[in-house]
Amino acid sequence: MQIAIPREIRPGERRVAATPDTVARLRKLGFTVRVEAGAGVGASMSDADYAAAGAEVVADTRALWGEADLLLKVRPPEANPALGVHEADLLREGATLVSFLYPGKNKALVERLAARKVSALALDQIPRITRAQKVDALSSMANIAGYRAVIEAASFYGRFFTGQMTAAGRVPPAKVLVVGAGVAGLAAIGAARGLGAIVRAFDSRASVKDLVKSLGAEFIELNVQEEGEGGGGYAKEMSEAYHAAEVAMLAKQCREVDIVITTALIPNQPAPILITEEMVKKMRAGSVIVDLAAENGGNCALTEPGTVVEKYGVHILGYNDLPSRLAPTASQMFGNILAELLGEMGGAEHFRINLDDEVIRGALVLQDGKLLWPPPRRSAAAVAAPAAPAPRTSVAMRAVVAAKKAKPGRRTGVVVLTLAGAAAMVALGFAAPPAFLSHFTVFVLACVIGWQVIWNVRPALHTPLMSVTNAISGIIVIGGMHEARGEITSPVVVLGAVAILVAAVNVVGGFTVTQRMLRMFHR
Amino acid sequence: MPQTFVTVAYLAAALLFILSLSGLSTQESARRGNLFGMTGMALAILVTAFGPRTGNYGVIAAMLLAGGAVGAVVAFRVGMTAMPQLVAILHSFVGLAAVLVGVAGTLDPSMHLLGAEARIHEVETYIGVVVGAVTFSGSLVAFGKLQGILGSRPLLLPARHWLNLLMVLVWIWLATRFIGVSSPAPVVPLLVAAGVAAVLGVHLVVAIGGADMPVVVSMLNSYSGWAAAAAGFMLDNDLLIVTGALVGSSGAILSYIMCQAMNRSFISVIAGGFGTAEGAMPAPGAKPAGPVRTVTAEDAAQLLRDAKKVVIVPGYGMAVAQAQYPLWEASKLLKERGILVRFAIHPVAGRLPGHMNVLLAEARVPYDIVLEMEEINPDFPETDVVLVIGANDIVNPGAMEDPASPIYGMPILQVWRAKYCVVMKRSMASGYAGVDNPLFYKPNTLMLFGDARTTVEAILAALRADEVSSPAAG
Repeated sequence: MQIAIPREIRPGERRVAATPDTVARLRKLGFTVRVEAGAGVGASMSDADYAAAGAEVVADTRALWGEADLLLKVRPPEANPALGVHEADLLREGATLVSFLYPGKNKALVERLAARKVSALALDQIPRITRAQKVDALSSMANIAGYRAVIEAASFYGRFFTGQMTAAGRVPPAKVLVVGAGVAGLAAIGAARGLGAIVRAFDSRASVKDLVKSLGAEFIELNVQEEGEGGGGYAKEMSEAYHAAEVAMLAKQCREVDIVITTALIPNQPAPILITEEMVKKMRAGSVIVDLAAENGGNCALTEPGTVVEKYGVHILGYNDLPSRLAPTASQMFGNILAELLGEMGGAEHFRINLDDEVIRGALVLQDGKLLWPPPRRSAAAVAAPAAPAPRTSVAMRAVVAAKKAKPGRRTGVVVLTLAGAAAMVALGFAAPPAFLSHFTVFVLACVIGWQVIWNVRPALHTPLMSVTNAISGIIVIGGMHEARGEITSPVVVLGAVAILVAAVNVVGGFTVTQRMLRMFHR
Repeated sequence: MPQTFVTVAYLAAALLFILSLSGLSTQESARRGNLFGMTGMALAILVTAFGPRTGNYGVIAAMLLAGGAVGAVVAFRVGMTAMPQLVAILHSFVGLAAVLVGVAGTLDPSMHLLGAEARIHEVETYIGVVVGAVTFSGSLVAFGKLQGILGSRPLLLPARHWLNLLMVLVWIWLATRFIGVSSPAPVVPLLVAAGVAAVLGVHLVVAIGGADMPVVVSMLNSYSGWAAAAAGFMLDNDLLIVTGALVGSSGAILSYIMCQAMNRSFISVIAGGFGTAEGAMPAPGAKPAGPVRTVTAEDAAQLLRDAKKVVIVPGYGMAVAQAQYPLWEASKLLKERGILVRFAIHPVAGRLPGHMNVLLAEARVPYDIVLEMEEINPDFPETDVVLVIGANDIVNPGAMEDPASPIYGMPILQVWRAKYCVVMKRSMASGYAGVDNPLFYKPNTLMLFGDARTTVEAILAALRADEVSSPAAG
């Protein structure tokens, strides 16, 4: 099977769908690979590198597209002004396209591809489940975007990120606020921490708190009880009261921090406005806002998608090509993901679009021109399941409820035991001889004392406790001594003597070993 | 020496025993407590020897000296890892002594009791001998298992609960043959009952697996106390009763603590067979999965060097590998760098309650940095690196997170809340409970495979190498 890697024509796009490394991987899977001349230039990869990795470098764009069985791309196909033709129309019938497609937004493109009777897999539609992590292109690009956002912010920010104590005076560390602790947010936290900044993060999902803290950032919590886990790794929309608290918190934070990085997205909706114009006004001059949601409208009211603006002395970065700004790494990750995906689809030899595979089915938009997107609910439910611990919680809850219900039964047990004890006491009082009762009194009181005393023993000293109780239970030696009087050959004396012998081992051995152990304990 | 004086001396001895146990409430007072115990014991033996009901001094002295010599030699020689065995064998001696005293008391022609007194006396003798025999044979089996003479896997006979029940019924029948039959009481039913009890003791303990040994040893500790107390009733001796009661409650409390720490009822431990077909098995498909990250000893050393707070969680595997010595050496190097190093002990770590503490104390680890589970658990989130050595079930997050886990509900050391968790282990094998450990798959868990001692020594070497090469300015 033949794979084609075209040059990305979107202005400013520097990524490419395969690097020389991943070309080699694709070839191992049995594919022949053709790369358009100049495809890797933006990512610092030359045609010679591709050729060395075993790819055929093709200059003719039409031939490359037209002869491919599988076309791997980063951006969705678009009109090619140089050739005067839409890229989708270059594909031959029956070919398969793998790229970002965003079928929800690009209805016209999907129709155009359907007309060409091609199959199309949208990398952006791969379900976010554990098994699909290796082919999760969105997450890997978000990771890069989060990292790059910090680097971009640093280049616009006129101060150190890390605090320093120098001969020329003290430099305070930068304070960074990350809103939304998804993949991009966490990457941004890590990068900002790495540069030495003080990082605070906010997310409506309390479940990410530990992750945020583990990266060394402070997790900001609102005093409103509401859980924002929306399934599929996204947050959901929150209530009015929650929003009010959120706005108040963000306004306060904006006055304090130097850098704000926002990453809040809600699926199938424009990005929520979190940073208002008022908040920007309150920020210190020289501060920087990086809006990772710019492509979906932005989290900041003043963001202008695709560019940088300076308002009230604050730089607001609305780049929507952050992964592309780290083109070599982004291309490598993207290429790895494609190689992984094609490997799972059977390689060149057994290549097959398996509709029963949850991951493939989720990403499949068109099969030979037939619209198969959105996938049926079955897989939608499966996507939501790992993120929703609801059934498990209810099992736990039921267990708690059951335990609570069981308690009255225990109480009945205590009552029964008490009654039985009282009855036994009464029976003893009537039947037992007085000598026995005096011993019994001693016994019961000694049990109570023992119970009280032993609870005070430190767990650290439980082994010495056992050896010392061993030693003192050797007190049975005096029982042996009582029996050992009388005729020396009588069985009573012999038994008593043996009892003394073994009990003496206990007494001396127990105390000695206890002393040895206790001597080891020191501060 | 009049009997009244003996009684007063016994009271003093009983008080000294109580003081001895209460001394164990802190490490500072523990040694003084042990001295109180010794004094009490010496006092009791002396006044008994010179009291009104004693004879054959030569025999008594010879036996005391011989037994004492054996005890002293064993106590000086025994290694701290072998403490569980020593404790078990000492329990068996108490059990044996109780049986001997009981049988001797029945054979003793000088005992002449009538009516209710005789009945009560026979009941006391019978109970003392039966409990003593169970303690004796059970402790011997426990000793064999701990010493490695017997396999540590539970041996489960078919219909074993019915066998146990049958033996109890036989006891009741034998009791009717012994108590109130004749004066003096017949000795044969008593001996048969002791034999049955010995078989029951063996049967109870062989059914219990290696890691449940702390409970069994505590339980036998308790039994040895009750056997001594029963002997006290039989001999009309309050000192024996008091001491037996103290020891009995001590063992009972320890058993209770161990059971709590394993979230299991006492009955289910004694019934045995945990982790076998009769126990709850993990649901198939609930197996944790995911990538496992491994590190080298050098990486682990680097991680420790960069940490501010380190917690070390030792398990029985550490004791087996004798890794506590290089471990403490490494900890000292870390402490010199200003890193806060502490040890965390789970109640059931080791084969005896408090066993880990003794092993660490032997390696010269100061006891004030050895913390208990409740003390350390809140500190894990602020800890940079946790080092888990030879422990498994006591750090299994499944006990908190997975209601399907057989050990669900068992209190555990929450090591995964730390920034990094380095798990030193021979392999990915599951622990005693046979439960897969999701800890190994946590994203912040790093596995360090290999023999505990070799690995700790490699870490120590890496830390030392750094010590030499780092410039004085560092």
